[in-house]
Amino acid sequence: MTAFGKLIRTTAFRLTLVYLFLFALFAASLLAYFAWNTRRMITEQITTTVSAEISEISEIYGRRGLRGLFVTIENRALRPGANLYLVTTPTGQMIAGNVGSLAPGVMGTTGWSETAYRRLDEEDNAYHRALVNVTELSGGGFRLLIGRDLEERRRLFGIVAKAAQWSILVVVVLGIAGGIFVARRVLQRIDAMTGTAQRIMAGDLSGRLPVGRSGDELDRLASNLNAMLERIEALMVGLKEVSDNIAHDLKTPLTRLRNRAEEALTKSGCEADYRAALERTIEESDGLIRTFNALLMIARAESGQARGNMDSFDAAAVAEGIHELYEPLAEDGGMTLRLKTSFAPLHGNRELISQALANLVENAIKYGKPTEPKPTEKGSVVSLDAKQILIEARREGDQVLLSVTDRGPGIPEGERKHAMERFVRLDTSRSQPGSGLGLSLASAVATLHGGELRLGDAHPGLIATLVLPARAAGSDRLAAPSADVPQKVA
Amino acid sequence: MTATAPVIAPQMRILIIEDDRESADYLVKAFREVGYVADLAGDGEEGLSMAESGDYDVLVVDRMLPKRDGLSLIGMLRDKGNRTPVLILSALGQVDDRIKGLRAGGDDYLPKPYSFAELLARVEVLSRRNVGPAEETTYRVGDLELDRLSHRVARGKDELTLQPREFRLLEYLMKHAGQVVTRTMLLENVWDYHFDPQTNVIDVHISRLRSKIDKGFERPLLHTIRGAGYMIRDGIR
Repeated sequence: MTAFGKLIRTTAFRLTLVYLFLFALFAASLLAYFAWNTRRMITEQITTTVSAEISEISEIYGRRGLRGLFVTIENRALRPGANLYLVTTPTGQMIAGNVGSLAPGVMGTTGWSETAYRRLDEEDNAYHRALVNVTELSGGGFRLLIGRDLEERRRLFGIVAKAAQWSILVVVVLGIAGGIFVARRVLQRIDAMTGTAQRIMAGDLSGRLPVGRSGDELDRLASNLNAMLERIEALMVGLKEVSDNIAHDLKTPLTRLRNRAEEALTKSGCEADYRAALERTIEESDGLIRTFNALLMIARAESGQARGNMDSFDAAAVAEGIHELYEPLAEDGGMTLRLKTSFAPLHGNRELISQALANLVENAIKYGKPTEPKPTEKGSVVSLDAKQILIEARREGDQVLLSVTDRGPGIPEGERKHAMERFVRLDTSRSQPGSGLGLSLASAVATLHGGELRLGDAHPGLIATLVLPARAAGSDRLAAPSADVPQKVA
Repeated sequence: MTATAPVIAPQMRILIIEDDRESADYLVKAFREVGYVADLAGDGEEGLSMAESGDYDVLVVDRMLPKRDGLSLIGMLRDKGNRTPVLILSALGQVDDRIKGLRAGGDDYLPKPYSFAELLARVEVLSRRNVGPAEETTYRVGDLELDRLSHRVARGKDELTLQPREFRLLEYLMKHAGQVVTRTMLLENVWDYHFDPQTNVIDVHISRLRSKIDKGFERPLLHTIRGAGYMIRDGIR
């Protein structure tokens, strides 16, 4: 496509053409209306003055007879810019007035007519047009013609016509030029955007669309597209990180698994050895399956697919359930699991929230053991002694907080964000079993519910909090299924 | 596994509806090894007609099948009044898929990949031959007695004090006395959680229960079945 072809195909140019046509039409009709009205006005004026003069002269004729008529006519005919006057005898002879010749037959009919004429005193032989009225004077068959030259009207018409020509010409020229200008401007920006888009499609995700300073619709579009690209780039980077992590964290156990099978094959052992090797293989593959499941769960939570199965429940009940499930385990690990709850209404996926809380509790049991006994710290903050883990559920304003506090070494502030990423296992936890997905899943579940996972310092220890939006009391979308939930809200 | 299987229903009949030939053959072989009759259908239509005509105790249905998918097959059976217990096998293991499967008329749902021990335990619990003591108000295993109405538990002459959750755990185990129950089954049925804990929570609960019902008694009743789960039974039987 040629540059010009591209230009005239733009929306801006086509719009310009449409507007141009409309404006030209408007200008033409305005001028036509003006001209027609002016013409009518001039004609009216002529007829009024001519009619007045006719009645005046008729009256003079009636009073003073032919002589008076002649004198008056001759007087008036000699004035500069005079009207046209003519008096004819019943036989058609011109006997007074300033008209040299007339189109034939004009004097034969009375009333208004437009005619060509020539003045007596004029040197040139050109005929002019005039609007005349012929009346028969009472008695004797004399006829009187009074008229007015139409030159004025013609000139005015000419002016209007010229104005129309020029204005339409100017409108068309300016319109087309403006259209081309606007279209080119838009086209340049669209071309720039298309170019960037093509570069991005070719794989360079760092490209961004140019955003002007005017804040017009194209700028808004461009900045929105840029925001979208920003998000896509972040997702792509995340995806790459995840696939690298998956590659690492799944290949390691797969390699172990393979090595063991190989070792068992090559070493000729007894049946018990084979059995042991096979059992370890199954154990290892179970671990892999668990990792896969956790990854799938995170992916579903992050993509928002798990939004089904939402219902209304009390987060305190979830905390109680998890406390009940994990209490013996914590006790076996030499810790105590404590519970502190108050009514905290939630709307969400109970299973996922339970699992998120379970992950936090498992983490606390695994990593929340105090590094060394610090008797001085005892009772310093909460009434939580060094070997306690506290599960807490409460409502705070329009948020529900589900938190797990331990008295372990905690996570340094700089590493907290990092700790929630997939497969991240902080150095302190490498020796413990686990997939490194617990916090990522908890975080994904919180995000799915429109909340977040916060890691904080419990001085000492870690406080991990699921911050979730509380269910508004009487919220309409929950009206039906929440009938069984006691409304204890203040 | 051989220790657990033929105890109750020596000729349990199982229909496996699964299109993947290799895993289907594996299942048939494994079920036959523990002494059950296992038939195989390779697609949804064949499965439907076999399930309707044969008198099976349990159907094991893959969710994605050629010709007719698993859920619609179950729906057809249920519409025709066939109440044969169905266990759904599926690669879709998420909570909402599970709920969908159970709503369609399935009785249990097992995500792939699964261990045969888990599948076997669930099939045995599902089988209608094993309704067993479900409706009784008192469960008895050996000299252990559990009264479901008064929530009393006694071993021999000794009254035992159990926490509510320990009671429910024991109740579930005794309801399925002589059958293997897996950790996942316990988590699902006693706690109503469907996720997979990364730690051995269930084992800890079991060992607490065990210390209450078996400690100090000559014959243990609560047994750990390696690689599968737990079983409560009178050792001699």
